Amino acid sequence: MSKKYALAYTIAIISLIVSMWFGIAVGSVSIPLEVLWNPAANETAANILWQIRLPRVLLAALVGASLAIAGAAFQGLLKNPLADPYTLGISSGASVGAVATIFFGLSVPFLGLFTLPVFSMVGAVATMFLVMSFAKLVDRTMKMETLILTGIIFSSFLGSMISLMIALTGEELRQIMGWLLGSVSMRGWPYVQMIVPFVVVGSFILWWNRRELNAMLYGEERAQYLGVNVKRSKLQVLIGGSMLTGAAVAVSGTIGFVGLVVPHMTRMLWGADHNHLLPLSLLHGATLLIICDLVSRTIIAPTELPIGVITSFVGAPVFAYIFFKQRRKKGGIA
Amino acid sequence: MLHVQQVSGGYDQVAYVQDVSFHVKKGEVLGILGPNGSGKSTMLKLISGALPLTAGTVLLENQPLKSYAPKELAKKLAVLPQLHANTFTHTVREVVSLGRYPHQRGFFSSWSDDDEQAVVQAMTQTNVLQYAEEEMAFLSGGEQQRVFVAQALAQRADVLFLDEPTNHLDIAHQRQLLDMVRSEAKMRGLTVVSIFHDMNLAALYCDRLLLMEKGRVRMIGEPHEVLVDAQIEQVYNVDVVTRPHPKEAKPQVTILPSVSLTKQAAVTCAHIEVTEEAITLQSPLPLRVLSSAVYNAGLGWYETIMNRSVAPTYDITNVRAEFAAFIRHRGAVPTNTVGMMTALTTDYAVIREFQTEAGSMIVMVTAGVGKALDVSKTYSRSSDYAIGTINTWVIINAQLTDEAFVQAMMTATEAKVKALQIEEVHDAMSNTIATGTATDSILIAATQQGKQHNYAGTVSQLGKWLGHAVVETTVEAIQRYKQLKGRTQ
Repeated sequence: MSKKYALAYTIAIISLIVSMWFGIAVGSVSIPLEVLWNPAANETAANILWQIRLPRVLLAALVGASLAIAGAAFQGLLKNPLADPYTLGISSGASVGAVATIFFGLSVPFLGLFTLPVFSMVGAVATMFLVMSFAKLVDRTMKMETLILTGIIFSSFLGSMISLMIALTGEELRQIMGWLLGSVSMRGWPYVQMIVPFVVVGSFILWWNRRELNAMLYGEERAQYLGVNVKRSKLQVLIGGSMLTGAAVAVSGTIGFVGLVVPHMTRMLWGADHNHLLPLSLLHGATLLIICDLVSRTIIAPTELPIGVITSFVGAPVFAYIFFKQRRKKGGIA
Repeated sequence: MLHVQQVSGGYDQVAYVQDVSFHVKKGEVLGILGPNGSGKSTMLKLISGALPLTAGTVLLENQPLKSYAPKELAKKLAVLPQLHANTFTHTVREVVSLGRYPHQRGFFSSWSDDDEQAVVQAMTQTNVLQYAEEEMAFLSGGEQQRVFVAQALAQRADVLFLDEPTNHLDIAHQRQLLDMVRSEAKMRGLTVVSIFHDMNLAALYCDRLLLMEKGRVRMIGEPHEVLVDAQIEQVYNVDVVTRPHPKEAKPQVTILPSVSLTKQAAVTCAHIEVTEEAITLQSPLPLRVLSSAVYNAGLGWYETIMNRSVAPTYDITNVRAEFAAFIRHRGAVPTNTVGMMTALTTDYAVIREFQTEAGSMIVMVTAGVGKALDVSKTYSRSSDYAIGTINTWVIINAQLTDEAFVQAMMTATEAKVKALQIEEVHDAMSNTIATGTATDSILIAATQQGKQHNYAGTVSQLGKWLGHAVVETTVEAIQRYKQLKGRTQ
């Protein structure tokens, strides 16, 4: 059994390293790898590597990792295979913050370019508290069904606000749409620095609750009988997942598919034990988003496609293939 | 170990379960019974802390349940709720390992030898070790149920609550599971509270039973105190009969269907066929039979009754298989047939039908009195007796209670002894009046329709006529024996 997981981690880490290398090396200017340790060999290449490619690849990796691990945790917590990081409406809150920033042309002096991600983050946090308090108001024990329905209510409401702003927008539409479809381009190191603490703390909180997530898959009652402090764990997972989602959306827009499909792929390949599902989803999510970003900027270069288009474009067939193989294999056994 | 004191509670502030009190000792198995919706599961949720109490207290090892932290409670108390489907599947080992959750501490808490041993032992006890690496989704309902039982066992708690643990299980696995629970209680002092749907299983495996009715305790006590016909009938609104288990000192409840499938009919002489091989009664309806026959003796329901003539040299060694073959050869079904044997040919038989105020009855007697014995003299003799046989059937078109069956046996036997006396049949060795032969057989059968007889002693209505009929018929059979033997000699 540990052999299985050793293989799983080896594959996940190797594919991540390979995809990072491709992400760095491939592009309108191909970059020889040696500039990594010898910047003097090609200064232009070194500049592109350090200032453009590497932060971009890292940001893609961090966003992919955040969405995937948050998706895995939410699916487990809500016991719902259709749940993803966006189910609880936190991403909609972040989007409203971001779209409002663009729509009203806001710019807070000392934040400058960071006005948008900061406002977005504020939107995410506010939504998280609203969703949770409302769910608690409806049902003291915050049943999973209550949470999902509350999430849907808030998502639709916030979605309508975004639609309203889009409808009232004239020439700025492209900018809003571009942000909504998601992108990790031209963000640079500050964005990477901004998301890192959220990824570290959020992932840690989720992994801290890995055993509780396993138990809660069998229902809250059963988890309680096993000795899980259900209320506390639920709150921790919700906060951890929301932090990751909010941060990811704030820096890159709403990139779909990763948070839904990566946990499923990982579960199909390596099983539903959150002990391994969480870290493996994180690694796979990072890899997938790096590849998608690579494709989005190279496939019809020099034009860049929104990464959200590519995640579904690349992710869906990959998912379909794994789904097909797994069902066939299991059908054969049974 | 567990004290439940005046507990009330339910869902949404409605205290459906009210004023429940009981206690369970260490190593005791308590079964919870009650009709659907009587509050069994709600009560279990209340006493396990899953639902808040509106009144009362639950003490676990003399401490209120509420005073335990979740993990501490899970070390003391394991609960197995009813099986629910779930979307994502773990392997069997992962599911059972979850039972060790309360024993793990800290962030990197490693998997200890204790943990591994508890998990493997639990899987062995529930017989799921061979599926350890399989995913839950590919197991049957019964296998999944056993995995969850293993999970609860892996918790190594002192108290175990079960909610219908035998759901989805076939009888082999029901027995395996309950045997295991029982022996854990006995060997390790595990205290068990379990909801049962099947009161017979509950009676077999529980020390005490608690019967719930409309959210309250109707009765708590040993199985024989709780499974009482009138009480079960009131609580479940179903007619039942309680009988002892054939091997264990526990009551077993049988349902009485309100729609009977048995048609109305009467047995007459016309249903008896006499051939050279046997006298055969083919009844139009199943008869309740109490007999000392060779084949299917004891109490039961049968439609065919045979008195078979065999040669005196008949080899008795493999009688069950041989007799079954004979029954099939006669076109009857062995499981539906009672069979007697005699060395007399069938022309010795006397069959008489009596129309009486107690109901019509048929008596058949073959009286091989050549080797008759006096019961008061046989104690001083060696065991090798010559075989002689008086076979008696009494078939009654009436309803008899169990007491009436036993008394009918007594009355018929007394009548047989009287007939031997009237005909002055002697024990050849002691030269005293004989009382029977060494291998007499008797059969009382009733249609269980028509007139109800509670008793069949010699002064009861049935007993009077039964005695009369058996004496008359036996006397005639003895006379025929003398006559036929006289002619051949």
